[in-house]
Amino acid sequence: MIKAVMVMNTQGKPRLTKFYEFLVRKRQTQFSLFFFLPCLIRAENVSNFMEADSIFGPDSRLVYKHYATLYFVFVFDSSENELAMLDLIQVFVETLDKCFRNVCELDIVFNYSKLHTILDEIIFGGQVLETSSAEVMKVVEEISRQESASNSIGLVTKTVSGWRNR
Amino acid sequence: MDSLFQRSLDDIIKGLRHQQAGESAFVSKVLEEVRREIKSTDSHTKSTALQKLTYLHSICFVDMSWAAFHAIECISYPNFTHKKVGYLAISQSFQESTPVILLISNQLRKDLKSNVEVEVSLALECLSRIGNLDLCRDLTPEVFTLMASSRIPVRKKAIGVVLRLFGKYPDAVRVCFKRLVESLESSDSPPIVSAVIGVFCELASKDPKAYLPLAPEFYKILVDSRNNWVLIKVLKIFTKLAPLEPRLAKKIVEPICELMSKTGAKSLMFECIRTILTSLAEHESAVKLAAGRINELLIDEDPNLRYLGLHALAIVAPKHIWAVLENKEFVIKSLSDPDPNIKLESLRLVMEMVSESNVVEICRVLVNYATKSEPEFCNVILGSILSTCSNNVYEIIVDFDWYVSLLGEMSRIQHCQKGEEIENQLIDIGMRVQDVRPELVRVGRDLLMDPALLGNPFLHRILSAAAWLCGEYVEFIRNPVELMESLLQPRTSLLPPSVRAVYLESAFKALVFCLHSYLKSATSSDHSALGLSDPGVSKENHITPDSVLHLLNLIDMAVGPLSGSYDVEIQERARNILGFTELIKPVLSDSLHPQDERHKQQVEASKMVRLLHDTFSDELGPVSMSAQGRVPVPDGLVLHENLADLEAVCGSSLPASSATISFEGSHNVEGATSIFISDQKEESEPSSESTSLLAEHRKRHGLYYLPSEKNTEHHEANNDYPPANELKSELAEQSFLPKRKSKQVKARPVVVKLDEGDVLPISSKIPQAKDDSLSEAVRDVLLGNEADADTLTQKAAADSVIRKKGKEKLNAKEQEDDLDHMDSQSGTVQNPVKERSKRSSRKQNADEGDHGGDKGKQKRRHRHGKHRTREGVQNPPANVISQTPVPDLLL
Repeated sequence: MIKAVMVMNTQGKPRLTKFYEFLVRKRQTQFSLFFFLPCLIRAENVSNFMEADSIFGPDSRLVYKHYATLYFVFVFDSSENELAMLDLIQVFVETLDKCFRNVCELDIVFNYSKLHTILDEIIFGGQVLETSSAEVMKVVEEISRQESASNSIGLVTKTVSGWRNR
Repeated sequence: MDSLFQRSLDDIIKGLRHQQAGESAFVSKVLEEVRREIKSTDSHTKSTALQKLTYLHSICFVDMSWAAFHAIECISYPNFTHKKVGYLAISQSFQESTPVILLISNQLRKDLKSNVEVEVSLALECLSRIGNLDLCRDLTPEVFTLMASSRIPVRKKAIGVVLRLFGKYPDAVRVCFKRLVESLESSDSPPIVSAVIGVFCELASKDPKAYLPLAPEFYKILVDSRNNWVLIKVLKIFTKLAPLEPRLAKKIVEPICELMSKTGAKSLMFECIRTILTSLAEHESAVKLAAGRINELLIDEDPNLRYLGLHALAIVAPKHIWAVLENKEFVIKSLSDPDPNIKLESLRLVMEMVSESNVVEICRVLVNYATKSEPEFCNVILGSILSTCSNNVYEIIVDFDWYVSLLGEMSRIQHCQKGEEIENQLIDIGMRVQDVRPELVRVGRDLLMDPALLGNPFLHRILSAAAWLCGEYVEFIRNPVELMESLLQPRTSLLPPSVRAVYLESAFKALVFCLHSYLKSATSSDHSALGLSDPGVSKENHITPDSVLHLLNLIDMAVGPLSGSYDVEIQERARNILGFTELIKPVLSDSLHPQDERHKQQVEASKMVRLLHDTFSDELGPVSMSAQGRVPVPDGLVLHENLADLEAVCGSSLPASSATISFEGSHNVEGATSIFISDQKEESEPSSESTSLLAEHRKRHGLYYLPSEKNTEHHEANNDYPPANELKSELAEQSFLPKRKSKQVKARPVVVKLDEGDVLPISSKIPQAKDDSLSEAVRDVLLGNEADADTLTQKAAADSVIRKKGKEKLNAKEQEDDLDHMDSQSGTVQNPVKERSKRSSRKQNADEGDHGGDKGKQKRRHRHGKHRTREGVQNPPANVISQTPVPDLLL
């Protein structure tokens, strides 16, 4: 089972947090997490795994991958395969790349809810449900279609901000 | 107007990005806005506010539990965007204990039945994240329906939710399990199989036994599937199942080996290796194959693969150490790898390889690495050397002289922070191994002599041990005067008081020893006929009158100022020493300046010194940890479990400090007793009535008073366990290990071992059966005594309808429910033997290579058959449920 997914930049600023186990949803834990993780993450060309028992309780491992200015961190337990988790991060990033065309940190900063949509298609309640980025894209596009359809009902935006963004 | 100028999420994000320092001020301003906007009746305004709040919650960790009800409002909006915002907020912030959680039950049901696929997905996702007992119970029927949905994405997620349902509401097993098992065979849609296997993998990791009957289905997937994700999960399941059933292990070993050698995916290959090493370690040939694949991983460029290769070796090490020994050079080399994971893993492996014959060599290598590596890893290395070598009372150590000098060397390593452990081992070895004491004292002396070490706080504990050893076994010291000098050197002021006290006591012992040997040699030189027979005192450390004078002066200088120390231990010990020197000086001074009547004086002095010398030379032995437990409780002594009564006893007299009484802190006890005594004095005088009361009180609570004379006598009379020293000599022969290799030049010295209680007994925890109800339910279903799924679904639906109507009837209803379940169970329990034979026949079919489509049909036919036969079987065997099913694995 996957216990948590986190995306943060190299300065330790969280960009996305998703905790599938209540234990780690505690505020204090999260704070310390983002404080310590960037310190723990090591130089290039070393293995990407870490024991995470102290933060996430027994039987927890952590894998991270470094892309440009971002760290993608997955926390999982012994019913997942370590290398498969690395692949899954790759799937996630590939999907983001397809979705935003050359994804960069700004895309991730500004597309908060879309990020969740994508992640929810890949990981469902802590289980890996989809590993093909093409399939994920299909569903994400369907959801975007639904969203724009529901938004087009109210043609006139009600806020100044919404009008500016048009 | 509010809504007109509402800021969108993008505005907030931009705003946050522009804040340099005052981020928290900005966040609290936004929160204020959100609190206002979220109360709006306009759905757009409300959902935007909620979206902003969710963002702040997940990025800045602000609290959003107060907005729970607003989130529920949002999911009830018809607009999909708003609904989605609401669901995201709920799954990010709700807990099982969120008070309003039950309010979403209806909305979830509505969305689960929706025609819009993405809405169903949202509801399922939400349920999988926050579902508690009530939600899972209420929504089981809907999920059950969705498990048969024709839309693959929905079906897949419904299957995923089942895991949550089973975890929170085990009775859901009776409804959904059959459909879950059927989904295993839907080989036409890989996503479904993947989802089901994922669910079974999680279930089996908690209680593998219950899923043994499904082994044939899993086996089929293992053989047929081409999807690496699915295969990894199946292997995970078999890792759990194989140890339970040897026949299964035999069956799966071949396909797994094949998979391992054929696959190109490293993740799958590693999983195969791990499965073989953990669960199929008895199959030599498979392990050999796996070891070959590990070697491939070890030489890979990717550090992740190298790390996992070492990890795999660590799994195999306890059973097949040869696999590690084959890669010995690589493992040792990896100690200097830049990757911390690899370093740690290889250290673990090196420790696995340690044996009696190579411990010296390996420790040499490790200490070299420790001196070279950075502080953290250095201490990890030292820690593992210490724990491995001391394992089971220094089992693998033959040459203790070497080990003791290694300890000394380790203390001198720059980053060493293992002071406490080294201290314990030094003293422990000193007490256990008599033969090594000269070497111990030499090592200790070297440590004490070095003034540089006093400045390192991590070494203070070791120095304390060294000082104690040199004092206790001072007879092995070559030059006691030199030892005294180092014990009393000015830099000892850097030591903490507790260590300094040990230093002083050791100095005292050394002083007594010096004087004793001086006086002895003086007498023996007088009566030269007697000759020197003391083995400890060699001619070289002959103590001259000058050196005695020097010593006494040294003590005056170094210890004198300490008699006014603020630390009681130091002060007391310093005063002891000074008192002794004061006493001995006048008698000794005469003997130092030879005169005629020195003889008489000398006798007096040597009497005093001998008295103390005898006191100090009494030897200490190790004491068993459980020694106190073996002291029999004297008759008439009632031991209470805790000291809670004490508070009642002295509550009146000790209103303030009664809570802090402990028998460890001598001050408190003294205080308490003195108050008792004063109480007694006061009370006993006025009337005789109170004295009798007091006597009564003492009789009852005698335990809490300090032991009186009588009590201790009693104690000693019952003291039937041998004192430490006797024990030592008794056990010494027993523990001497006779089986030693003849090659050994030096015999292993005697290591005193207590027959029990060297370590505190570890109370073995009995693993509590987790998920009892879940695995029981699964067993029931797999054994064929499940209730008819359709009726149960209806019943569950009916239940939830009733629940909707009124909560006040809930308790009564639940009881009825339980009865219902029992009824339905007993009504439908089938003879397990019949079911088993059916299964086996089916499996035989499969075994004959009949993988054709008619298998499914057959199964369905069997099910129909089951329905028919069920009415016939009315008297089930009583113990069906309690037994674990052991299936006939005719795979």
